[in-house]
Amino acid sequence: MSESFIPRLGHTVWQTIPRLGAATLLLFSGLFAVTHRHFSFSQWLRQTYGLGVLSLLLMIVAALFTGMVLAFQGYYALVRFGATSALGTLVALSLLRELGPVLTALLFAGRAGSALTAEIGSMKATEQLSAMEMMAVNPIAWVLAPRLWGGIVAVPILCVIFDLIGIYGGYLVAVPVLGVNGGTFWAQMQSSISFQGDILNGLFKALCFGLVVTWIAVWQGFSARPTAEGVGEATTRSVVMASLAVLGLDFILTALLF
Amino acid sequence: MANSDLIHITNLHFARGEHAVLSGIDLRVAPGSVVAIMGASGGGKTTLLNLIAGTLRPLQGEILVHGRNLATLSSAELYDLRRRMGMLFQHSALFTDLTAFENVAFPLRRHFRLPEDLLRKIVLLKLEAVGLRGAADLFPAELSGGMSRRVALARAVVMDPLLILYDEPFTGLDPISVGIIASLIRRLNDALGASSIVVSHDVQETFSIADYGYILAGGKIIAEGTPEMLRADPSPLAQQFLRGEPEGPVPFHYPARGSFAASLGVPS
Repeated sequence: MSESFIPRLGHTVWQTIPRLGAATLLLFSGLFAVTHRHFSFSQWLRQTYGLGVLSLLLMIVAALFTGMVLAFQGYYALVRFGATSALGTLVALSLLRELGPVLTALLFAGRAGSALTAEIGSMKATEQLSAMEMMAVNPIAWVLAPRLWGGIVAVPILCVIFDLIGIYGGYLVAVPVLGVNGGTFWAQMQSSISFQGDILNGLFKALCFGLVVTWIAVWQGFSARPTAEGVGEATTRSVVMASLAVLGLDFILTALLF
Repeated sequence: MANSDLIHITNLHFARGEHAVLSGIDLRVAPGSVVAIMGASGGGKTTLLNLIAGTLRPLQGEILVHGRNLATLSSAELYDLRRRMGMLFQHSALFTDLTAFENVAFPLRRHFRLPEDLLRKIVLLKLEAVGLRGAADLFPAELSGGMSRRVALARAVVMDPLLILYDEPFTGLDPISVGIIASLIRRLNDALGASSIVVSHDVQETFSIADYGYILAGGKIIAEGTPEMLRADPSPLAQQFLRGEPEGPVPFHYPARGSFAASLGVPS
């Protein structure tokens, strides 16, 4: 068992390192391609719209329910100590520090990340990327960079919207349904939330998640086998890897930032 | 070697892992000519085309395009050279989110800042040349296979290239479309004063437009010459390919271990 395990582990590492290197190279090429003459601002705007604005409805619905559930669960815990006045703080802190960035990134990976991988993978399978190269148009600058920067910009903005809608969802349950005083709900929240410690750090998390999820999505698309099956596999891998990466990175960032 | 050759390939070797795809290829393309590269599927034709386009690097050997060795070119120089090449892909490779007009306009928009009026004239001229000016506003999903190939052809020649590469231009087309594409390849080549390399296994159509041809088998050139010379070539491999015979030096059966009876469990 151990005899076959060690060579297999070595083989996997041996294969993974060059792929990781290639993925990193692709990331930096994409980030720096904004200065390339084939980078198009209108393409970036279109991608940001496609990745961000078209994900809005999903984010709003998810945020509303997340906030409402948080209020119910929080109330259940706080009422035993007679501390329901802290419900607003609990909802806001949970969303701003943790649930907002993480859920936004997970939903983004499922909706926009998978679409990105499938789109780029299909372009590869139908030789559109090769055709671009043959027309002396750099696919990194024309295809990858606008999508990468679109994701990096879209996720923090989506996170802000997620946080706001989530907090409002919490308010809708806490005040009209559970009878918490509205003034206390907002006042407690306002006095306990730190702009830098909670809001900015949460947004920094969202920025990192946006970068990682979009990077994984475009890398999986670019490295997909150029067949229908290959694109399907890459799309699945994109969502699974991005979700795990978000959760892992969340732990590291939480340990470092808070 | 004729120094005026547009493409001059010497002793080209290429392998994928342990598998040798091309070994010892020597090939020339004279300016203004249509050169056919033929051979059975999996013979390395498309790989050779990709090596000429510079999307693959050779293991050994030299590829000179317009006198410049591809191996010594930087990425920027290679992109610069590609602006003087056009390529028609096997499955057209049209951008599905753009209309036929915008597909043809794509390279022009990316490389030049032309006034919209002039750009429109150039694109419509190319679409007219392939008979599809009327389909300018259609998306690739609304075009037939033959029409898609013609739009892709218009896009391949929109920058007036010196060299046009065709990867299986006749595959999957009806006889009328095949005839149209073949005639367009020849006409566009002569009108633009370009050179063309046609990779195909469609013998009759390719011979009808080619000035010179090469037959590839097992990663090697087994015959070369004008279409007449190739038809008269004594090589059994070339003759099997040109006549489309199921049996010959290329066996019908893929090598299998043991006899057929043994694989069925029947005692022989």
